[in-house]
Amino acid sequence: MKLFNEPSPLETKIISFRFGLENSASIDTYLANDGYQALRKALAMTPDDIINEVKASNLRGRGGAGFPTGMKWSFVPRASEKPKYIVVNADESEPGTCKDRLLIQHDPHQLIEGCLLGALAVGAKKGWVYIRGEYNYLIHIMDKAIAEAYKHGFLGKNIGGTDFSFDLYTHTGAGAYECGEESALLESLEGKRGVPRIRPPFPAVSGAFQSPTLLNNVETFSSVPAILRMGGQAYADLGVPKSGGTRLVCMSGHVNKPGVYEVPLGFPMMKFINEIGGGVWKGRALKAVIPGGSSSPLLKAEECDIPMDYDSIAKAGSMLGSGGLMVMDETTDMVKVALRIMRFYQHESCGWCIPCREGTTWLKKMLQRVSDGHGQTRDIDLIGDLAQNMMGRTFCPLGDAAAMPTIAIVKKYRNEFEEYVARNPFATPELVSIA
Amino acid sequence: MTFSPELEAKFADLITHYPEGRQRAALIPMLMFGQEEVGSITNEFMNEVARRLGLTPMQVDEVVGYYSMLHKKPMGKYHVQVCTNVACMLRGGAELYDQACHKLGLGHKEVSADGLVSLEEVECMGACSWAPAVQVNFDFHHEVTADQLDTILEGLKK
Repeated sequence: MKLFNEPSPLETKIISFRFGLENSASIDTYLANDGYQALRKALAMTPDDIINEVKASNLRGRGGAGFPTGMKWSFVPRASEKPKYIVVNADESEPGTCKDRLLIQHDPHQLIEGCLLGALAVGAKKGWVYIRGEYNYLIHIMDKAIAEAYKHGFLGKNIGGTDFSFDLYTHTGAGAYECGEESALLESLEGKRGVPRIRPPFPAVSGAFQSPTLLNNVETFSSVPAILRMGGQAYADLGVPKSGGTRLVCMSGHVNKPGVYEVPLGFPMMKFINEIGGGVWKGRALKAVIPGGSSSPLLKAEECDIPMDYDSIAKAGSMLGSGGLMVMDETTDMVKVALRIMRFYQHESCGWCIPCREGTTWLKKMLQRVSDGHGQTRDIDLIGDLAQNMMGRTFCPLGDAAAMPTIAIVKKYRNEFEEYVARNPFATPELVSIA
Repeated sequence: MTFSPELEAKFADLITHYPEGRQRAALIPMLMFGQEEVGSITNEFMNEVARRLGLTPMQVDEVVGYYSMLHKKPMGKYHVQVCTNVACMLRGGAELYDQACHKLGLGHKEVSADGLVSLEEVECMGACSWAPAVQVNFDFHHEVTADQLDTILEGLKK
């Protein structure tokens, strides 16, 4: 399949190096380009050796939370008598994120190999790739790759002549952002409404069908074959301490060359925008950047001169999140951005818990009021207060995801909200004494 | 209720993907794949799926109500979905949606009188780096310009 954007010479291609090869999704291309070499290696390793290699790589979850992957793998109780499962989160739906789609489209066997390595590490015999409903064409690509892997003996019984057996299936979602949250995804996988579960227990202990489950993002699983091939330490060295390796960053918005590019963790954000992205479009100045999907608080232009790794972005008050980097030029209307973000979260709130269901609804109403020119000065404070009161009070991170960008936009661009209010002829009337 | 042999084979295969006694897990895939053939999630279809999975019709209904891609009313033969979320909005997605509304004479989730075309303003569909994006049924269109949208919409023929 053809590439959607030209690659950049500044990329470090570790998990995307097969993108753009002829028939890159086929097993022949995969086998001719290091494919299933990590599996061969891992079949001779103990589960602890595999997990230690992943721990040494400093790989952190690429779905959004950035939890250390090796540690997550070590939480699965291997001694448990219950069956263990692998679940791949391919429900990519954080606004700004479009990388998992490419990983399945161009290199589905890399994901299959990643699942096999996870299965060896935790002793799983079965797994599912949960693909969002909108990515219907990826189900066909993934099913074809899975069938090829069975034919070549990489899936099924007695893989590589050992007693290791593993079955992998695709599973389609049906349109729900909330199902990207791991416990909601598991509910959905079981054929229910995608509402989150109370945690603990975490999926590693009680996940799919109440069994220990290793659940990671597509990109996380797809990174593991490279880690085992090159060694955990070598992979870690590509990035910065505590954020190992490379990741796919999805650049969108007001840049000349938007696209998905693979860069090492710690790559400078301004260099990424200006050199890989060709700078802000139309010769305009940079106003702000959303660094990791729409739930990450936005950074003003002057805050963007930082390396892109989990800790540096956290220090700047935001998150590397899912790698969805949205660039906004000087003409961007921040009230409209805040409203559009909230319309999304209000639409996607599953309604399970009240702070999120009511909070997103009222935030949307107030932002709409300001945007329509009927806002009062007190609305600006109320928006900030309400968002602040949602933080940490919801069942799952969706409430925080809605609140965090709102708090940041109101705080950093309060003047723009005030300008909207100032245009309201009926704003904040003088109090008249009736005594 | 009867389905095509291909869909029956698909349903039979799906059931084998999940652990013994957990066949309910096949519910959402069955609804999604079935909807393509049936046209929408009808009561008859829900009852049939419920019967096969040993669920009550209500258990199926509550799931259908949750997911935005499961439609109880038939959408058009061509379901046009325009993304207006932030990444697309920054590159003209909202204007494309307005253009589609005017050109088709339809609003959000409305279907043309002849059942040919329906329109939906959708949330992020994972095409952010190639925005603005439009999906017609399951086909993606990237970096859509106003002219291209006209061409896409004019091409939606019986």
